[in-house]
Amino acid sequence: MALLDYLLGQRKKKSANLAKDRLQILLAHERSERNAPDYLPKMREEILAVIAKYVDIDDEKLQISVDEANGFEVLELNLVLPEHNR
Amino acid sequence: MSRVVVVTSGKGGVGKTTTSASFSTGLALKGYKVAVIDFDVGLRNLDLIMGCERRVVYDFVNVVQGEASLQQALIKDKRIPNLYILAASQTRDKDALTQEGVERVIEQLKEAGFDYIICDSPAGIEKGAQLALYFADEALIVTNPEVSSVRDSDRILGILQAKSRRAEKGEAPIVEHLVLTRYNPSRVEAGEMLSVDDVIDLLSVKLLGAVPESEDVLNASNSGMPVIMEDKSAASQAYKDIVERFLGEEIEHRFLTAEKKGLFKKLFGK
Repeated sequence: MALLDYLLGQRKKKSANLAKDRLQILLAHERSERNAPDYLPKMREEILAVIAKYVDIDDEKLQISVDEANGFEVLELNLVLPEHNR
Repeated sequence: MSRVVVVTSGKGGVGKTTTSASFSTGLALKGYKVAVIDFDVGLRNLDLIMGCERRVVYDFVNVVQGEASLQQALIKDKRIPNLYILAASQTRDKDALTQEGVERVIEQLKEAGFDYIICDSPAGIEKGAQLALYFADEALIVTNPEVSSVRDSDRILGILQAKSRRAEKGEAPIVEHLVLTRYNPSRVEAGEMLSVDDVIDLLSVKLLGAVPESEDVLNASNSGMPVIMEDKSAASQAYKDIVERFLGEEIEHRFLTAEKKGLFKKLFGK
């Protein structure tokens, strides 16, 4: 049996690599949420309200985050407008 | 000068109490005066792992609540001089611990001349776990090479960095050490288990040591003896290395590669 496992094992994707890839994505996401300033959720809501006055958008489509780049704090807003508004 | 060391992990069942017992025993064997405190109120187990469960009269909560003195509650280890255990309460709930009470006990231990105060954290990220890490100078992050354990360790690292006394006072951060337990080098080599390097990469914490998965750990807890005292065991040697490295010795990491199997075993054995 061990011989069979050994031969079959060569073809299977290594599960440890899968674990690492999944964790890398997950931890990056959870860290950015953890380090986000307290005011972010409320600010996000207010920005959404302003945009909604002019464009019909989906709540989920606005991504907002605070990052640090080259010693500056950067507020990043990312919004994809719906097709029919173009 | 006293150092407060928390043994924490977020996830349960990864080896916090096993590590607390062996680490504190190892430090005491080196001649330091050590107190190890069980913060898992309601689910005490450190006493059982260290083999002093029948000698608990007063516990940590009694001292915090002023019902017993620290001297009355500290249990002196029968085997090793300079090692003292402060058991958790089995009957009270976790709200019985207060930050002021814990601080008072830790200050008293410092005044009593303890070199190391080891705080064995409960699982989770609730009050008990937060109190266990709040006063820490250093932390052992006990992690298994497994996805949920790594994720929970990352979570607890975030709490160490944001909610400890050092963080709140803006002092130098808690020194973090990774202790990887239940490590199985042959499964790592087969690509079935996260490697030490993977976990170091993911958590960005310096490795203090890896403890190989070992049957001796269960045998040791069955008999109420910290596994570090089972001299011939690989787990014991790994914990001794961990203690040496913690004290500043440069020791090469061991138990990271699998023992070579013969061709016969490789083909027909499991």
